[in-house]
Amino acid sequence: MNFSISLTINGARRNVELDDPRTTLLDLLRERLDLTGTKKGCDRGQCGACTVIVDGRRINSCLALALSLDGADVRTIEGVAQAGRLHPVQEAFIAHDGLQCGFCTPGQIMSAIGLIQEGQAGDDPERVREGMSGNLCRCGAYQGITAAVLTAQRALAAASRKEVA
Amino acid sequence: MNTFDYVRPATIRDAVAAAAEPGAAYLAAGTNLLDLMKGGISAPTRLVDVTHLPGLDRIEDLPDGSVRIGALVRNADLAYHGDFARRFPAIAEALLSGASGQLRNAATVGGNLLQRTRCPYFYDPASACNKRNPGAGCDARGGDNRLHAILGWSESCIATHPSDFCVALVALDAVVEVEGRAGRREIPLETFHRLPGDTPDRETMLEPGEMIVAVRLPAAAARFAAHARYLKVRERTSYAFAVVSAAAALRREADVIVEARLALGGVAMKPWRAREAEQILAGAPANLSLFRRAAAAALAAAKPSGDNTYKIELAQGLVVRALTLAAAGTPERMPALPGSPFAASSGVRTHA
Repeated sequence: MNFSISLTINGARRNVELDDPRTTLLDLLRERLDLTGTKKGCDRGQCGACTVIVDGRRINSCLALALSLDGADVRTIEGVAQAGRLHPVQEAFIAHDGLQCGFCTPGQIMSAIGLIQEGQAGDDPERVREGMSGNLCRCGAYQGITAAVLTAQRALAAASRKEVA
Repeated sequence: MNTFDYVRPATIRDAVAAAAEPGAAYLAAGTNLLDLMKGGISAPTRLVDVTHLPGLDRIEDLPDGSVRIGALVRNADLAYHGDFARRFPAIAEALLSGASGQLRNAATVGGNLLQRTRCPYFYDPASACNKRNPGAGCDARGGDNRLHAILGWSESCIATHPSDFCVALVALDAVVEVEGRAGRREIPLETFHRLPGDTPDRETMLEPGEMIVAVRLPAAAARFAAHARYLKVRERTSYAFAVVSAAAALRREADVIVEARLALGGVAMKPWRAREAEQILAGAPANLSLFRRAAAAALAAAKPSGDNTYKIELAQGLVVRALTLAAAGTPERMPALPGSPFAASSGVRTHA
């Protein structure tokens, strides 16, 4: 039996025919839509490499059934740079060496964008670490990641003040 | 993962009818169910997707002062709901001490109540497990069982219930609203989860097809807001299940505890309400020796189910600390590490 769903992915409407109800959002992105920036690490919700933003919230795409997300707005790592300019979180990860091998990085960046939007961490490194605990980095780049999140958060806050002014 | 029929009902009534079929399971966020299905632990033949049902994602104040939390409210939305967190700080702390930011953004209230144990033998299809395969035996007995139950366990099963949220809810007399083909009924959360006995495969009081539609907190639950904590000992200070946890909520008048609520997590196959301890605390002046007596009473019936004798003393110590911190007052702001029993800065004693 085929199922037809509609998703908005990085701003573009996509109608997708699914021939298997078991398809997760992660597999749909990687295997069907060629959006391989989102990584499959554990595939069990433990590592965070598959983090994407669905309807404004960061989630583990490996534990989300694509069928259930019919109608959702999905943002992936491919959709965060705008007009050839990296997202402030991406820039901060580079500036602070918030990565080594890079495999977890798309998930880290999507999680950081989600965390900053949630607005619960403030400028407290401990709260940032707690808020990022769902993203594992086997290379151990956590210090750079925490610094990058704090820097990006300040940059985004400054940019939004500028917009208001 | 086995394949399945997928149905997306438009009403609760349709959902209940669709889920009454043998082999059917409700799908909410799927944060536990999909994991179980990928591991071959659960193999539903039909998934009834309830995430598109209207009206189940609300947090409502009812005229009698109680609060009704819809089954589809996401963990993060409840924990960060300002008014809710102010009135029920131990519940917010319990929610934020569990899982990760991503999982809390997805996982639902109803799903939290129905999550399965994290016993590694339950998760391993090659191991004997009476919960997964009734009559097969229990490889956790005699296995690596240092994290297993110390209360309410049986020869059939020594697993624990993994929820943090439920522990704080049970302390505050939460009630579960369920809907089945016979209509709607209510079950106190304290009796919602079953101890294993000879039938560890039967985990809740839900009848086949019954669906959780809401969890309700009585008006009296908000009276503890000024003195309520949830503390959790875990092997990492974030993103780990409880070794043991405790929800403590007090009403104080000057130095005297007027009323106390206490529940433990990580100790049994259900959130463990410690009513004897509550009785010891009620009417007594708040001090360390009282808290120690209450902790001893809370664990009086505990016995090791394997290599976990240490959990009894650990749980007692955690109860003392939870009561001490609750008596000191709910923090103005949620701690940076919710549920952490340790001091925020080194060198500061958080216990007497």
